[in-house]
Parts: sequence; C-alpha cells; structure tokens
Amino acid sequence: MTEIAPQTAELLHRSMVPCLATVRRIVWETDDTFTLLIDTAQMNGSPYSFKPGQFNMIYAFGTGESAISISSDPGKPGMLAHTIHRVGSVTSALSRLKRGSLIGLRGPYGTAWPLEEAAGKDICIAAGGIGLAPLRPIIYSLIRKRDLYGRIVILYGARSPLDLLYRVELEQWNKLPNTEVIITVDRGDSTWKGHIGVVTNLFSYIKLDSESTIAMVCGPEVMMKYTVEELQRRGLSQDQIYISMERNMKCGVGLCGHCQFGPKFICKDGPVFRLPDVYYLLEKKEL
Amino acid sequence: MEPQGLTESLHKHPFLSNMNEELLKTLTSCASNIVVPEGARLFKEGEDAKTFYLIRSGRIALELPGGERGMIRIQTIGPGEVLGWSWLISPYRWHFDAYAVEQVHAFAIDATCLRTKCETDYRFGYEMLRRFSEVLERRLEATRLQLLDVYGNAPGERGENY
Ligand SMILES: Cc1cc2nc3c(=O)[nH]c(=O)nc-3n(C[C@H](O)[C@H](O)[C@H](O)COP(=O)(O)OP(=O)(O)OC[C@H]3O[C@@H](n4cnc5c(N)ncnc54)[C@H](O)[C@@H]3O)c2cc1C
Ligand code: FES
Repeated sequence: MTEIAPQTAELLHRSMVPCLATVRRIVWETDDTFTLLIDTAQMNGSPYSFKPGQFNMIYAFGTGESAISISSDPGKPGMLAHTIHRVGSVTSALSRLKRGSLIGLRGPYGTAWPLEEAAGKDICIAAGGIGLAPLRPIIYSLIRKRDLYGRIVILYGARSPLDLLYRVELEQWNKLPNTEVIITVDRGDSTWKGHIGVVTNLFSYIKLDSESTIAMVCGPEVMMKYTVEELQRRGLSQDQIYISMERNMKCGVGLCGHCQFGPKFICKDGPVFRLPDVYYLLEKKEL
Repeated sequence: MEPQGLTESLHKHPFLSNMNEELLKTLTSCASNIVVPEGARLFKEGEDAKTFYLIRSGRIALELPGGERGMIRIQTIGPGEVLGWSWLISPYRWHFDAYAVEQVHAFAIDATCLRTKCETDYRFGYEMLRRFSEVLERRLEATRLQLLDVYGNAPGERGENY
C-alpha cells in the first residue's frame, strides 16, 4: 500500500475540513433557484480567492454537503455567491437558510475556465439553464478587462422566460461594446417576444471566426453534446472548446472516487475540461 | 426591386449561399420582397401553403393550438432562416399559425411558381430539395432536443441539474 507523506496527509485533512461562513443574503432568481451570498470576510481570518469555474463544497448542517459552483465575481472575493437549483435534501436545506445562518464551506476546488488563453481571442459562451452560474465569474473577468478580448457572444437557453437567471445583468452585458447576448427559451407564450427554441438554434444568428474563437459551454450534458457538435460544424476544433462537467461528489479532492468520469475525477481534473479530454465520454451512461 | 437587385440580395441569404447564378435566377422569378408589420399573421393552420419565406430581419413565431392551454408558441424563426416547407409536401397545407413578433423583412417565394419550376427543371428541383433537407434535418434535431426538456428536474438522472 502506498504511504501518504505526513505533509500531504495534513494538507488533505485541512482541505477536507469545512470552515464556518455566514449567509449575508438569499436572492430568489426563479421559483426554484436562489443565490446564496456568503460573507467571506469572516471566514477563517485568511483571504479567500478563487478562479472562474471553480466550486465549493457547501455543508448544510444536519443534512449534508453539495458541490456548488461559485457564481460571483473573482475580483470581489469578499462576498461569494452560489446560485443553487433546489433539487433534493441538501439544496432544499440551503434554500431555507436566513441572513446570519451559518454553513460549512470548503474549497475552492477544481479547474478554471481558460482566461489566459482567451486573451486576444473572440469568446463564445453557451449556457443552458443553471449552467450560466458557473460561467458568470468568467463573464465578470472578461468584461473587467474588456480590451484584452475580441468579440464576446453569450448564448443562453432556459426552459421558459420565468426560468431565466440574472436578467438584469444579461441586459447590461448586451449593452457593452462588441458584446452580444442572445437568449432563447424552450417554451414561451405570446407575452414572450424573444427567441423560442433550443440554444443550438442561436448559432444561426451569429458568425464565429473559427480560427480565433474560444468557446466555453456549460449546461445539461445533452445540451453540451449538441452545442459542441454545432461549434465543430462551424469550424471550431475540439481544442478551442471547453466544457464544465458535473457528477455526484463526496470528498471533492480526488480521494473517494465518487465523481469518477472514465479515467478522470471531475473534482480534481475538472470540472472544466478541454473538450478532447472528455468528448468520448460525453453522454455515456454509468460512467 | 429590379430582378437583378433582387437576385443579388437573395444571394446574400444564408439559405441560398453558393447557389449557382442560373438556378438563383430561376428562383428570383418566383420571389418578391415583403414587409410584415409587428403582430400581423402570415398564415393559419390548415390554410393552403402558397408561399415560403426567407427571413431577412425580424422574428416570426409559430403557434399551435394546445387545447385548454390555448395557443402554444413552439418556435421562433429569425434572420437568415427559412419559414415553411409545407409548400413542398402534398397536400400543401400549413401545420401551424405564424405571427410576426416584430416587424419582419423577408423574401416571399411563390409556391405554385416554384413547384412548376422544380418539375420542369430537375436540376433546380434537386437543388431546392437538397437545401430544404438540410433545414429539415437541423429542425428535427432541434425538436428532439426540445422534447428532451433538458432543463426540467429529472429525478435519478445524473448531470441533469444544470
Ligand atoms: C462541480 C459541480 C458543480 C456544481 N454546481 C452547481 C451549482 O452551481 N448550482 C447547483 O444548483 N448545483 C450544482 N451542482 C449540482 C449539485 O451538487 C447537486 O444538485 C446537489 O448536490 C444535489 O444535492 P441534494 O441533496 O439537494 O439532492 P439529492 O437529494 O442528492 O438529489 C436530488 C436529485 O438531484 C439529483 N442530483 C444529485 N446530485 C446531483 C448532481 N451532482 N448533479 C445533478 N443531479 C444531481 C439526484 O439524482 C436526484 O434526482 C454542481 C455539481 C458539481 C459536481
Ligand atoms: S469527489 Fe471524491 S474523488 Fe472526486
């Protein structure tokens, strides 16, 4: 059996111990999705920083722990945001928290969106549903240094107009120079004047410079599969495409094997992957 | 618009990109420019499909009657896209209603004229069928994805929360 060096064991132990964090505010984005704002100034005394695309393990006392992507601005680490879709026991317990409630938090974990590689390039961001949350930090980072990047196109698909996240910000981003936000919903009614149809339809309305575009995609796996096919149809190579994957997690640090995805662990090799590393695994069942 | 001007602007529509000039001229003879005001209905389910449209700007919504749920807006068609293939398939009737969500500029192609051209000039007919098949394939794929309702809660499914 391989021995773990004492320093490594100590490091692993520390990265597994949650610290206490205080909920500053809860903002309901839709009927079943809310953003938890957490005060990091009071966390463990040491400064907290993260990269766009990374996630935290959030502990709801008495219930359990879930992996949740950070959805706030990496340039403002004093207040962390996590946008959470209420699906089961942990996410429901988190939805019942109030201002001043305590949670356990450990992280940040995982790989980040390719911010440095994106410099000088056009960016195509494609998000589906709550997949916009892990992409929001990279959008903040790109627009903070807007001049460093070429054209930014954000394509966003949701189930219905009532399920759209960050509506005000989407409008603000759309007004930025050389930046376009196009939104579509799967189901609309006659009061909805925007696009109706799946997010891949939106590619008909944009032109991508296949040589110099970096694409970042996050959403349900099926949506990502069709989106990367569309990007490739438009001339992007797999190397120009990044996706963020999710699987059930336990340790978050590559120890337990819960999040294994083929030969990869989502928690430490991902969640953000360059497409060639995971393409052959996309949409394979039971991995 | 003069036929020459119309041919040139038709050529710019993505549906007709790289179409050879002779075939494009054949199509131009069946085409006209139209403007549809916001809120206007282009056609209704069950009506004869006398025209198909190449959208240049604006947006068209397709609606189906959903029983007690009223009219359901199932899809929108925007700039660079094609509206309608019922003109191609007998009995040439529309399967949904179409409304302009905002003012629309489009090329309207007369279906009877086009069908006659397709039947007399097989090369032209084949070219139209080839281009429409591509559109149909993409729409079918999009419909499949839409049916999957990927943003809904899917109990027991992994990776379906986003
Ligand atoms: C790297 C990463 C980042 C994530 N970021 C976010 C985020 O920003 N916001 C967010 O809302 N969620 C995110 N998730 C998903 C989130 O971790 C799960 O939804 C959560 O753990 C469910 O816990 P629960 O106890 O509420 O649900 P459970 O009671 O465990 O399960 C309820 C339902 O949710 C399904 N489910 C459980 N875990 C997952 C999962 N990991 N993915 C998909 N479905 C699941 C179950 O199959 C079941 O149908 C992320 C997951 C990963 C791995
Ligand atoms: S969650 Fe334990 S190995 Fe990834």
